[in-house]
Amino acid sequence: MIETVFPEWRGATLDDTLVACRELLEDTDFPTVRRWREAGGKVVGHFQVYCPEELVHAAGLLPVKVRGAPIEPLQADSHFGSYLCSILKTSLELVLTTRLELDLFVTHPICDAARNLAGVIGRNVDFPCQILYLPQNPNSAHSGEYLRHEYARLLRTIEEIAGRTVGPEDLRHSIAVFNENRALLRRLYDLKRDAPWLVTADEAYVLVALAGCLPREEHNALLADVIPRLAARDAKRQDKIRVVLEGGFCEQPPLDLIRAIGQSCYVVDDDLLVGLRWLTADVATDGDPLRALAEAYLDRSGHSPVQHDLTKPKDRMLLERVERADAQAAVLLAAKMCEPGLEELVVYTRTLDGRGIPYFVSEFEENMTSYDQLEIQLETFVENILFD
Amino acid sequence: MTASAMVGRGNTEGARLVRAWFAELTQAAEEGRPSVYVFVMGSLAELLRVFDFPIAFPEINSLQTAVRHVAHEYLNQAEDYGYSPDICGYVKADVATQLRGGAHPLGRIPKPGLAVATNACNTYIKWAEIWERMYKIPVFTIDVPGSRAAGLRPQPGDPDFDNDRRYVVGQLRELIRECERLSGRPFDIDRLREHLGHANTMLRGWRRLLELNQARPSVFNALSDGTIYLGVANGLRGTPEGARYFDELVEEMEYKAAQGIGTLTEETSRLVFVGVPCYPIFRRFNELFTSWGGTFVNSTYLWFASGGSNVGYQYDLAHPLESLAEGLLIGVRDAMDSMFFQDTILLDMVDQYHIDGIVYHPIKSCRTVSTGLADTRRALMQRRDIPSLFIESDMMDRRVVSEAQLKNRIDAFFEGLASRRRQAAAG
Repeated sequence: MIETVFPEWRGATLDDTLVACRELLEDTDFPTVRRWREAGGKVVGHFQVYCPEELVHAAGLLPVKVRGAPIEPLQADSHFGSYLCSILKTSLELVLTTRLELDLFVTHPICDAARNLAGVIGRNVDFPCQILYLPQNPNSAHSGEYLRHEYARLLRTIEEIAGRTVGPEDLRHSIAVFNENRALLRRLYDLKRDAPWLVTADEAYVLVALAGCLPREEHNALLADVIPRLAARDAKRQDKIRVVLEGGFCEQPPLDLIRAIGQSCYVVDDDLLVGLRWLTADVATDGDPLRALAEAYLDRSGHSPVQHDLTKPKDRMLLERVERADAQAAVLLAAKMCEPGLEELVVYTRTLDGRGIPYFVSEFEENMTSYDQLEIQLETFVENILFD
Repeated sequence: MTASAMVGRGNTEGARLVRAWFAELTQAAEEGRPSVYVFVMGSLAELLRVFDFPIAFPEINSLQTAVRHVAHEYLNQAEDYGYSPDICGYVKADVATQLRGGAHPLGRIPKPGLAVATNACNTYIKWAEIWERMYKIPVFTIDVPGSRAAGLRPQPGDPDFDNDRRYVVGQLRELIRECERLSGRPFDIDRLREHLGHANTMLRGWRRLLELNQARPSVFNALSDGTIYLGVANGLRGTPEGARYFDELVEEMEYKAAQGIGTLTEETSRLVFVGVPCYPIFRRFNELFTSWGGTFVNSTYLWFASGGSNVGYQYDLAHPLESLAEGLLIGVRDAMDSMFFQDTILLDMVDQYHIDGIVYHPIKSCRTVSTGLADTRRALMQRRDIPSLFIESDMMDRRVVSEAQLKNRIDAFFEGLASRRRQAAAG
């Protein structure tokens, strides 16, 4: 197997490393995935939000986050009707154009558009496409046992693709690799929260997002190298307001939009690619690994508009995020035609109104290219807070 | 009753039963009795009736505002409240109904005391969260895992099916405890048997009803008549009135099939409808087809909006709870399959129902039903030479319903069918 698929950053200065990372993320031909395949590796694509990537990793396959792309869905457009979010179309486009070559595709019941992807992609490719039924009743006493079995079922499919069996030790090793990754991502978010002038919103986003297209060991090495260098950066604190950003759990705002927000505000916490950070604590590396992963999903995990959990009401979770991050305001985004995201906006705005916390609302699409108006609106919003 | 009086009975009696049901809901609202809010795909009415809860179906409440041409008033109110024009119209009409204290064209909808949602549609869950916040009521999500891939439908005895069933049984026991707490009365398993028995009659009847429309000419229109039958199938599920209705409906349809009595004077084209009806112009939409001699002999709507009753699952009254879980799992899974993996189902319908064309009707409001339709159509065109029509509008929002545009497309479709028939006749 190939030793490294992303050598470009090694030995580079911090700035050059960040440029290389950004270029990799923006490359819609997924060069790291291509290199992995050229070396004989197999790839499992998983749609937003969360997937137990450890199962894929343990079988020696590369888990890749399918998160759409800022591309024109030239082939995919005729496979869909008019009223649909962009990420569905561009995810299919990536597959149809073989920009992203997969051996298995897994989607999740996060919304019904996403659930339809198993059928839509499955009808157009010759590799298996599945729905991983993550529990939608996480409060049931029976959801843990159910999920453990569901993970075992998915693992059987992965083993068939890999042509090998996966034992408990393989899984424990993968859990340890991912625990390290989760710890590094938490360090990055700590830095964002405690000293946001040291890492910009778009830089942090790029570093997180690369987890979705790199072998996790490589991502760990990258973060372990970059985070201390970011922390040691010679950057001055600026007069910006601290905000939390909500609305990036599935379709991703364009990188330039994140950068535009970061130019006016310090984004001190967010739900961008929250699935990569879904498990909020280490997963046990002893005992039954599938059970440990299932329990972590249910009991030590984040929140998003697409999971109904009685212990995590969305209004309270938003307020906690604002408070924990010591934010002065919120930036609320929703992807166009995203049913759960648009519905949550009502909850968020009414909750923040109730607490007198200022917020900025905008819809977006992953392939939007003009931000002038949004930047002006955002600057006005920020000035209103700064000079209030 | 004379045979001739039997013809049309299903429609008049169905409308009467639905009015009576809404009258009961109105009475509950006036008495301040809370109801249970449920959804058509996995309502669990059989179980909830054991506790004598009034049962409201917000989807049906909402569609009735469109059928009665007042949906725009409700949608506008919800959008003023903050909801986007791009989300489910049913949700918005319901939000406005709640903001109006339950005021509805068919009476008054009681407030909820409990909401029970399956995951058959994810918007169900988001919708229930609105009531959870608005009324501080318990929301119970019954998670019913669906097919993991096209054609992957494990049966009882398969470890994967049995895992899903155990999960559903466990959740049902938890729901029963919640119902006991809310109602203050213990669960009576014999009453569950009673309601399951009535549901068995209705489910058997539903399946038979669909089979009977294989007759030529078809004995009912799946879009217009079928929607009336759906109202009873959902609103009166598990009741003696519902069971009697379906016995009589099957009797009527068997008579019509035996006598060759169809829904149209001359049935020239037998169609399948895929999607959700265009309720803002419900009658007119259907006329755009029937005026050409087209009738809908089946629809995926009658499958998924009945919660998979088309399977005709029969509950085992000796093991009511386990069987309820199994029936829920099989029914809701089938309902989801008819939305997410419908291509094989449609191919089967083409042969069984002697179909001349398929009409796909994706709508702005509903990604659940609409997302896969264009791709399904492409897949079917590759596998079978069957004419199809793809028209977009909405189930609630008249702003995205263009009757003139629809008529143009539908007329062209029928001209194409006629041309095809002429070519076939010419050999």
